[in-house]
Amino acid sequence: MCLGIELYKKMYLIRKTEETIIKYYPEDEMKTPMHMSMGEEAIVAGVCQSLSHDDQVFGTYRSHALFLAKTGDVCDFFAEMYGKDTARLKGKGGSMHMCAPMSGFMGSSAIVASSIPVALGAAYANKRAGNNKIVATFFGDGATDEGVFWESMNIACLMKIPIIFICEDNEFAVHTPGTERRGYSSLPDIIAKFNCNVLKGVATDVEEIYQTTMEGINLMRKNQMPVFLHFKYYRYLEHVGIFEDFDAGYREKEEFLKWQSIDPVSRQRSNLLSNGYDEKEIENLENEIDLMIKTSIMKAKLSPFCDAEELFREVCR
Amino acid sequence: MRQITYCDAINEAMLQEMERDPQIFVYGLGVPDHKRIFGSTKGLVEIFGKDRCFDMPLSEDAMSGFGLGAAINGMKPVYIHIRADFLLLCMNQLANMISSYRYSSNGMLKAPMVIRVIMGRGWGQGHQHSKSLYSMFSHIPGLKVVLPTTPYDAKGLLISAIRDEDPVLVFEHRWLYWQTGEVPEKSYTIPFGQPNVLRTGKDITIVATSWMNVESVKAADILEKRGISVEIIDPRTIAPFNVEPIINSVNKTGHCIVADNDWVEYGFSAEAAALIYSKCMGNLKSPIARIGFAFTPCPTARHLENAFYPNAINIIRCIEEKLDLSPTDLTGEDFYSHENRFKGPF
Ligand SMILES: Cc1ncc(C[n+]2csc(CCOP(=O)(O)OP(=O)(O)O)c2C)c(N)n1
Ligand SMILES: [Mg+2]
Repeated sequence: MCLGIELYKKMYLIRKTEETIIKYYPEDEMKTPMHMSMGEEAIVAGVCQSLSHDDQVFGTYRSHALFLAKTGDVCDFFAEMYGKDTARLKGKGGSMHMCAPMSGFMGSSAIVASSIPVALGAAYANKRAGNNKIVATFFGDGATDEGVFWESMNIACLMKIPIIFICEDNEFAVHTPGTERRGYSSLPDIIAKFNCNVLKGVATDVEEIYQTTMEGINLMRKNQMPVFLHFKYYRYLEHVGIFEDFDAGYREKEEFLKWQSIDPVSRQRSNLLSNGYDEKEIENLENEIDLMIKTSIMKAKLSPFCDAEELFREVCR
Repeated sequence: MRQITYCDAINEAMLQEMERDPQIFVYGLGVPDHKRIFGSTKGLVEIFGKDRCFDMPLSEDAMSGFGLGAAINGMKPVYIHIRADFLLLCMNQLANMISSYRYSSNGMLKAPMVIRVIMGRGWGQGHQHSKSLYSMFSHIPGLKVVLPTTPYDAKGLLISAIRDEDPVLVFEHRWLYWQTGEVPEKSYTIPFGQPNVLRTGKDITIVATSWMNVESVKAADILEKRGISVEIIDPRTIAPFNVEPIINSVNKTGHCIVADNDWVEYGFSAEAAALIYSKCMGNLKSPIARIGFAFTPCPTARHLENAFYPNAINIIRCIEEKLDLSPTDLTGEDFYSHENRFKGPF
């Protein structure tokens, strides 16, 4: 199938899944703090499209999009949100800690920046094994405040480790803007001083993000240097939770409206239409995805909880 | 007397102390944002300005050393973390620098800083947002560790912590924020090493920390209906830990349970039990029991979370075993959950 459609399907799945969360979360059955992906779909879909099934990703507590883009497994996703026995993690992880290694989703962590060095080690192991697997590590702009980010960048460049760093920059760490956290003006300019490939973009055109990532991967294959991708996007909802928070006073609704007018999901849909895609065909795909989401959430709601003994399984002893 | 919440008691302590001493400043992630650390830092930035109340980059370790540097140069930093788990990023400064600066300068320099930490729980916080960790810090000579339970303690102990000449970590349980209690408006201190007897009794002694005091009181209320009288002692500070009043109590009751808001293994409950044994051996009618979290990382699903955390029921069953009682009928009893929080006074 064509690239544009594939990208759209990934983003549509993510957006609709989260809209479904918004609908059902108030029932208080998904007892896990939700850090929503809305707004970042194009970054995750574009990058994941350029990876193969065996390539590996590491995420943060804001990883709904990444999990769905890499695994496509909305069934497992909802089962975990409801903490049910049918989920691979059986409720040990929840929204902030997902894992599906068989699809290359190697984990997500709720301690900011903590998975960056782990991704680096995983990439080192792949390099040693000579298996050509690429590792991509996703993190927010806040993560780049942490020392471990800079240490990991340095080590990756020093050891020429094949890894893609993806900074999803929404300008905020919780409610604190970058201007109140950084003693410099441009992150990509600083990273460019390292021996690595730096590429950047404004992240609502998914095809462009895909192309940028492919370019990065090609460079990395050629010059053996890590890739740093910097994409700006806008977080639609509050830091954690399912609501908007423009009344809180730390950011302006006008800014949101600006970004919403170039919303990644609708933008790609219009792209497809103006490239001659049949609207009916798109709607059919959308209906299929809608149905899959609906079945998944219903299955999750009806599934049993695991037995309490599960608490003690898989503890390192 | 006036009743206010635990959260407001902390806030009032901060306000009054910052008013008193211009060397005090408060900082940490989100400290001046609109959520104001669950409300506990409200008003501070408006009154004292950005120089004395500020946000920071996500640089926990560096900002710990920063606090130390300011402290040895005469300031009084109050550094806040909304989760105890984030303290692990500060471990080097805390354990290698802050704890030992006074000692290694042979007293020529002191580090009077306060680290306020909130322990999370519930709603699927999971293994990275729910740790207690206070025992780890109590293990390190040079760090004082304070665990306020009541709103009265929250204000008095925080003021003592701020006025202390050494580094103090104050661990606040998230679920305690909502409870109310009597708190004097004027400023006051509570000396460290002064346990609080929450309830006197003659049949069994419970040593409880932080939230586990709430569960212990619940258990005691239920058993009181059967004529069982439970003594509950909250050490309030575990470093320094004054075990004397506990020893007197156990020598009187002959039974002891340590109910800790943490894992049992290698924690405060082990330290407490060892000290109690050393002084009460001959008077104990049963071995000291310890109650704490299941020895696993904290899961997120509610039923697993419930299996992870101990509550009043575990305490009741433990008391029944010690006192050789038949199981109490608990039908109709209400227990605390994320939805059904403790709000009233003790
Ligand atoms: C080490 C650490 N410090 C603090 C926090 C609390 N916290 C959670 S998310 C967050 C902001 C992170 O911002 P960013 O990396 O930009 O990610 P975003 O939420 O914007 O996706 C903070 C401070 C944490 N989880 N881990
Ligand atoms: Mg951000």
